[in-house]
Amino acid sequence: MVNQSLGDKLFGWVVYALLALICVIVLYPLIFVLVASFSSPGAVMRGEVWLWPKDMTWIGYKKIFQNAEILTGYANTLLYTVIGTAINLLLSIAAAYPLSRKDLYGRNVISGMMVLTMFFSGGMVPTYLLIKDLGMLNSMWALILPGAISVYNVLIMRTFFQNGIPQEMQEAAAMDGCSNIGTLVRIVLPLSMPIIAVMILFYSVGHWNAYFSALMYLTDREKYPLQLILREILIQGQMQEMQGVGDNVLAETVMQSEAIKYAVVIVANLPVLLLYPFLQKYFAKGVMIGAVKG
Amino acid sequence: MLKRQIRRNWDLYVLLLPVVAFFIVFEYVPMYGVQIAFKNFIATKGIWGSPWVGLHHFERFFESYYFWRLIKNTLGIGLYQLLVGFPAPILLALLINEVRSRKFSRFVQTVTYAPHFLSTVVLVGLLLIFLSPESGLVNLVITWLGGEPIRFMTEPSWFKSVYVLSGVWQQMGWSSIIYLAALTAIDPQLHEAARVDGASRWQRIWHINLPGIMPTITILLILNMGSLLSVGFEKVYLMQNSLNMTASDVISTHVYRKGIVDGQYSYSAAVGLFNNVINFILLIVVNRVARKMNDTSLW
Repeated sequence: MVNQSLGDKLFGWVVYALLALICVIVLYPLIFVLVASFSSPGAVMRGEVWLWPKDMTWIGYKKIFQNAEILTGYANTLLYTVIGTAINLLLSIAAAYPLSRKDLYGRNVISGMMVLTMFFSGGMVPTYLLIKDLGMLNSMWALILPGAISVYNVLIMRTFFQNGIPQEMQEAAAMDGCSNIGTLVRIVLPLSMPIIAVMILFYSVGHWNAYFSALMYLTDREKYPLQLILREILIQGQMQEMQGVGDNVLAETVMQSEAIKYAVVIVANLPVLLLYPFLQKYFAKGVMIGAVKG
Repeated sequence: MLKRQIRRNWDLYVLLLPVVAFFIVFEYVPMYGVQIAFKNFIATKGIWGSPWVGLHHFERFFESYYFWRLIKNTLGIGLYQLLVGFPAPILLALLINEVRSRKFSRFVQTVTYAPHFLSTVVLVGLLLIFLSPESGLVNLVITWLGGEPIRFMTEPSWFKSVYVLSGVWQQMGWSSIIYLAALTAIDPQLHEAARVDGASRWQRIWHINLPGIMPTITILLILNMGSLLSVGFEKVYLMQNSLNMTASDVISTHVYRKGIVDGQYSYSAAVGLFNNVINFILLIVVNRVARKMNDTSLW
């Protein structure tokens, strides 16, 4: 870069300007929500809030902690995320490790059976009927079991086991009389912590953000995850207001939700926000491992 | 020899047992259950006992008032997404790759990945907040510039743009990771040689970087084409309201409404199957074309 031509220098500046613009467009809405969550709802509605809180207040956050439904939803989501991720992880390891072993007879058949489901599936209705027949309607298991294994994640993991762990080590362990499971637990897993971290993060963010299976399978409000409650606060009230079908009862909910909607976005994303710096490093790594495979 | 191999690895098969059971129960049983699309589902008789009706439900769908509307909306959103949403992360990756300062590049990546972690519910909530005709930031700017406020969320003609552009906002950064990975794999000597020959940065991007990531682009294009007709249910459903329905009703939301909500299981299973089959055919065709054209394919 000793003597760049004028054109190249200009080009460099255009690149920086474009990226800076993209960053502003991506970041500003998030900053606005954060700022608005500390501002008085009236000031936000009048459009007086831009970059700094106006009439600082904690009212939004206070109301959230008085709202039993949001709190139950939060607890439910926490539960579904922890149990769901644990099951995801166990099953993914159980799928990925045997398939990473070149000496496993029939691995191609089983891989093929898994990969086919990435491109073809029974669809929404037959799956719904299955869940119904299994008696899992309105239970936590309907949110956890149908998506218990993501084929994509298993492929990422398999690639890691194949390429990230020296085969000789596994062979040596087998030579010393270590069983396959023993090799997995004592040698492969301790060396696979980066990929396990990636999987935990992939799966848990998925559970944390999911709303559709809950919408389809749950009927008890006490079992609703946070995202369904958020949907009512952030979307349904607003939509009805926009379509002009809101009655008085609804008008009140709208005012209520006006006060808490910014704060609730922040609270709902808090775990992800806190983990984000840590997430970013690992998430990116996970996608790259997948990319090498693809 | 083979027998010994199997016997030696018996514990691996035990490990695979719950996995295979999962795929049979939750993937292959529904695939088999898709036969209700050709039957008249009667709850008391179950999937297996219900009477066959052939292609009746498919005919009903093809002749229904909704058919062309659903096809038009689903295909329209899919193509828009492909045209605008697909190139965006490629451009972003090429831009980020040109940044010399590691700090700035890290910063841009951190910022642009962030929206990926927002849930669909929160994303649509944000859309409602920022696009509100009365208090939304976007409309405040429009009126400040002297325009009329636009009803983005209820005006059918705006639906596709809002859907696709918000998708770009949320996923552009995240989807660019895979291209960035491909860009780092390009041999630096190529750039060195080009620079010696007096190629400008623009020329090097065009003649080295872009061809370098072409295989990655092709693979992702094939995958995207394969899901052309499976427009994401979750976001469309949340963005739908009675006023924008003419533009926002897509095949997957139709299946949900007819099947799960109204209980017309057989009919909606037929609609879903139709969608699946088209996707599958598209995937195979595009894959074959890609293999013929530049030797890159999924299989």
